[in-house]
Amino acid sequence: MSEAADIAAVPAGDRRARARRATFGLAAAVCAVSVLSLAQGPAGTSLWSALAALVTGEPIPLRDRVVLLDIRLPRLALGLLVGAALAVSGAVMQGLFRNPLADPGLVGVSAGAGLGAIAAIVLGGALPVGAAALVGSSLVPLAAFFGGWISTLLLYRVSTRGGRTSVATMLLAGIALGALTGAVSGLLVYAADDAQLRELTFWGLGSLAGASWPKLAVAGPIILTALALSPLLARGLNALALGEATAGYLGLPVQRIKSAAIVSVAAATGAAVAVSGGIGFIGIVVPHLLRLATGPDHRMLVPNAALLGAAMLILADVIARGVIAPAELPIGIVTAIIGGPFFLWILLRSRGVLDL
Amino acid sequence: MSLVVRNLTARLGRTEVLHRVGLTAQAGEVTAIVGPNGSGKSTLLRCLTGDLSFSGDVLLNGRDPRTIPGWELATLRAVLPQASALAFPFTALEVVRIGLEARGSADRTGIAQAVLARVGLAGFEGRFYQELSGGEQARVQLARVLAQVWHPVPGGAPRWLFLDEPVAALDIAHQRVVTDIARAFAAEGGGVVAVMHDLNLTAGFAHRMVLLAEGRVRAEGPPDTVMTDALLSAAYGCEIRVGVIPSTPFLLPQMPDRQPPLR
Ligand SMILES: Nc1ncnc2c1ncn2[C@@H]1O[C@H](COP(=O)(O)OP(=O)(O)O)[C@@H](O)[C@H]1O
Ligand SMILES: [Mg+2]
Repeated sequence: MSEAADIAAVPAGDRRARARRATFGLAAAVCAVSVLSLAQGPAGTSLWSALAALVTGEPIPLRDRVVLLDIRLPRLALGLLVGAALAVSGAVMQGLFRNPLADPGLVGVSAGAGLGAIAAIVLGGALPVGAAALVGSSLVPLAAFFGGWISTLLLYRVSTRGGRTSVATMLLAGIALGALTGAVSGLLVYAADDAQLRELTFWGLGSLAGASWPKLAVAGPIILTALALSPLLARGLNALALGEATAGYLGLPVQRIKSAAIVSVAAATGAAVAVSGGIGFIGIVVPHLLRLATGPDHRMLVPNAALLGAAMLILADVIARGVIAPAELPIGIVTAIIGGPFFLWILLRSRGVLDL
Repeated sequence: MSLVVRNLTARLGRTEVLHRVGLTAQAGEVTAIVGPNGSGKSTLLRCLTGDLSFSGDVLLNGRDPRTIPGWELATLRAVLPQASALAFPFTALEVVRIGLEARGSADRTGIAQAVLARVGLAGFEGRFYQELSGGEQARVQLARVLAQVWHPVPGGAPRWLFLDEPVAALDIAHQRVVTDIARAFAAEGGGVVAVMHDLNLTAGFAHRMVLLAEGRVRAEGPPDTVMTDALLSAAYGCEIRVGVIPSTPFLLPQMPDRQPPLR
């Protein structure tokens, strides 16, 4: 009955109430998968017995404490951050390019960030001692940020003329960019020594397995800053959907919005790629599902994407750790197996509307 | 209050498209810009609305729009571009609200519903923009523009509507809806500058006309002074005869096999 009254009060064509309800549902989903993620693992450590011990005041065995607090918890936190970062980057980039296919993974931004990360791993040792000390462990995320930033900037320059973005040019430029960064990355890998190769392989698998508090301390602030900045872009991205000229007529500082969007995408994607390698499809699947369910208004899309992205990545991680336990699949494989067909489905469904 | 243009010269790429254009439009009136395809009408509108840089002088309510910050300009004038694209599946109501809420967070759903009704789209609020006909889409965009300058004269200074071919996609009844809205906006004290193609419609619609050809103003004044055989024939490069029904001029294009073209 309250549902019926609710619907009657909402004017036709207004999907904000539905989007707000979705926010609560998604927040609950994030909590649920988080518990699942903390509870799961091969170490024989039980979240439940640890919690019970906490309640009854019994001491928690040291081994359990280490597993829960230093392995599972940072992994969960990193997964939440990376999932949110990938989904929000996708939503912001799609808003910027005015196209649902613009995804950092698809158009070479992740590859650019990856090149930055690889360059930092391989060439980082050659930095002067002072400079190395200055950037320290943030070298890889910083380099990934610059790689992603330059790629996004280049892509935008190439594919946008007179305020209009050509999707075909964007995708083709993304292919060229991906090939180029792939080749340079290959060269760098070729030049790497054994220790660097091991680090690169580990990084390149696209996994949350390397999660640790120090890693979080570096990537966390970057991702959180980008996530905090993104909702401020929402109104601008809504107006950009009407074209750059109209966004300008509406009184928005279009150039500043575009630059901020590019920086935010590069920062979030760069940090995510630096700590977790290439995890694909979150950035395209999450915003698309949300647009279908609650509409494209970026004021609701961006925060909801953060929640759904976080929940999805944690769920993918739970699957990656579960299917061949006690071994684990790279999470990138899980997201690709689910995301690839989904992406094809988007293409089939929206043929014509996309105006390629 | 008025819009005054003097010596406006503008380039697109390397080409000089407008050459020393001058015109005056008064608030409280509809000023129509007419002229053949490619004569620079859209370019002129883009200059006047701050979308394109130019040399020369423009004064909107006595101020150079180039010195007015974007957010303030947006409260002073609204612009309907010739072609509008929309990314993502927004509903008609959401499109109008994007315009209203671009600079503030207040909920303007009530105004959005009112403007949609004003352009004859009551009941279309929940329809997806991409699933509307061309004419319906054009009216959603007009509603969005209208919502931006809902009150024609808030606190003394008139607001301005710049419309680039606002009736191009519309049937004759909805052309009337749009021309009536523009006339009412002017009647309440706002200024309207509209690029028009249909000269007969323009003759009844506009208080003043500006005839543009090859980037130059060829004539400016009330419709009956601009719509003459000689001026129109020269500007459009084909023979045109203007007749008069009671007080309104109208024209019929002359068929080439009946009479040789004028030049
Ligand atoms: N980007 C451009 N670069 C150079 N010339 C252009 C460009 N866009 C339009 N033009 C030319 O400028 C002239 C004026 O165009 P426009 O103002 O759109 O004409 P219209 O009067 O039909 O609205 C046309 O001759 C057109 O070919
Ligand atoms: Mg035009």
